Amino acid sequence: MANIMIQHGPSGGLVFYLPKRDLEASIESIEFDTPEKWGGELKLDNGGTYYIDPIAKPPRLPISLRAKRLGAAED
Amino acid sequence: MTTLSREETDALIAEVLEVYPEKAKKDRAKHLAANDVTVEQSKKCITSNRKSLPGVMTIRGCAYAGSKGVVWGPIKDMIHISHGPVGCGQYSRAGRRNYYVGTTGIDSFGTMNFTSDFQEKDIVFGGDKKLAKLIEEVEQLFPLHKGISVQSECPIGLIGDDIESVSKKGAAAIGKPIVPVRCEGFRGVSQSLGHHIANDAIRDWVLDKRDGQPCESTPYDVAIIGDYNIGGDAWATRILLEEMGLRVTAQWSGDGTIAEMMNTPKVKLNLLHCYRSMNYISRHMEEKYGIPYMEYNFFGPTKIVESCRRIAAFFDDSIKEKTEAMIARYQVMMDAIIAKYKPRLQGKKVMLYVGGLRPRHVIGAYEDLGMEVIGTGYEFAHNDDYDRTIKEMGDATLLYDDVTGFELEEFVKRLKPDMVGSGIKEKYIFQKMGIPLRQMHSWDYSGPYHGYDGFAIFARDMDIALSNPTFKNLTPPWKQVAAEEVKKAA
Repeated sequence: MANIMIQHGPSGGLVFYLPKRDLEASIESIEFDTPEKWGGELKLDNGGTYYIDPIAKPPRLPISLRAKRLGAAED
Repeated sequence: MTTLSREETDALIAEVLEVYPEKAKKDRAKHLAANDVTVEQSKKCITSNRKSLPGVMTIRGCAYAGSKGVVWGPIKDMIHISHGPVGCGQYSRAGRRNYYVGTTGIDSFGTMNFTSDFQEKDIVFGGDKKLAKLIEEVEQLFPLHKGISVQSECPIGLIGDDIESVSKKGAAAIGKPIVPVRCEGFRGVSQSLGHHIANDAIRDWVLDKRDGQPCESTPYDVAIIGDYNIGGDAWATRILLEEMGLRVTAQWSGDGTIAEMMNTPKVKLNLLHCYRSMNYISRHMEEKYGIPYMEYNFFGPTKIVESCRRIAAFFDDSIKEKTEAMIARYQVMMDAIIAKYKPRLQGKKVMLYVGGLRPRHVIGAYEDLGMEVIGTGYEFAHNDDYDRTIKEMGDATLLYDDVTGFELEEFVKRLKPDMVGSGIKEKYIFQKMGIPLRQMHSWDYSGPYHGYDGFAIFARDMDIALSNPTFKNLTPPWKQVAAEEVKKAA
């Protein structure tokens, strides 16, 4: 589990940030994206995948969450 | 020397790496690259923020340098205790030229060195008692200080002192904030982790201490984040922002105070100059207080105009009008400077090797003067810095991360730039090789370089360095005669 932050990107879309490793990547797809259920599997543009427990869509970004790493980015 | 093509740059890197043993070569090759402007993600072409290997010369600092020297040090009304042996604090004392207004030793302490001066017995029996006594003495001798930060040096972490509990007790006793910072030098690979630790300490011990307290505010409040007022940079920045109609309520941390920092959550916009060292706290404020942050660049008129317009876009039309008026007013001055210096500097080539934000931020200023940056690199950047750099640099220019002494020397020998921008450790090597060098860490004891006023000084300094007649006289007269004879014979 790792602390991550999700925020809006400068050109729309969502940006994933992992403070521990200073890793910034844009989120290519998010599994659930409805007002009631938001989260699930995140696919990053660097090849990594993370999982966050689905929650109600946060009213404001950025938000810090706990995420599980499913697949590491190629390094 | 003409600009290299991609193949030539790759060949140059391969040639320079030739001297290393196989393993070292493989490792170092990842840190050197020819810039490819089409790449979106820097990690595809360059690796950064990795441990420097023993045996190569690196100019990186430590976590303590990043915390005490960079982030905490410039906060002028706090006393920053270098907790541990005396050297770390004393040899880095006042070296960064963070200017401030105040009476040193009375209400400001920027250039002073406070240390617990660890001796053998403190290592053996622990230094907590000494720290408690030191806090007491500080309070007695400097009653006008507004707080203390305890900057740990390596031994504190090694012997396991509990500086947090001493700090809490001390803070209760003197009624002022005392911030323990766990920035032992052995943490991380460079000063970069020190910045992060320092930001986290500010977040945990300082930032939320005035939440809920009333504070006079306007819709135009902004904070300057990540400007350390080197040679007066933050002041030059502040002038422009105030002319735009904004109210600068906090400077982080050059010429800054702890009260300003505690009041920062009330601003409307955070202006982030040094992304590397203060993005952490900006992200935190965005999440917790909903304050957006914006990266800006105040080096050179092109970038200033661009940044000012982007800043103004956050505010209403009155700010936008004032911004345009300010840009128009200064444009005359800028045109005069460029008319004066551009013919003298046109086409000159520069190589940079600095830390933080400058390897990419000053490119615009050089380009305004008609100069070209042919190689750049960071001491301690992460991937996100290189993401931003790739777009600023020309195609196939050289990028080097945590470059070693040998590599940088070889690159300069081959690329033959007209000038190098780096630090004091490089200065005399390159000047003896006959290449002018300006220190881009401390502005070579000049400055400020930010803002319009700064650009005038920047242009003059670059001209001074490049036009220095010394560099024409590097060959002694007796060798000059021989060289001429050879030429005649040929």
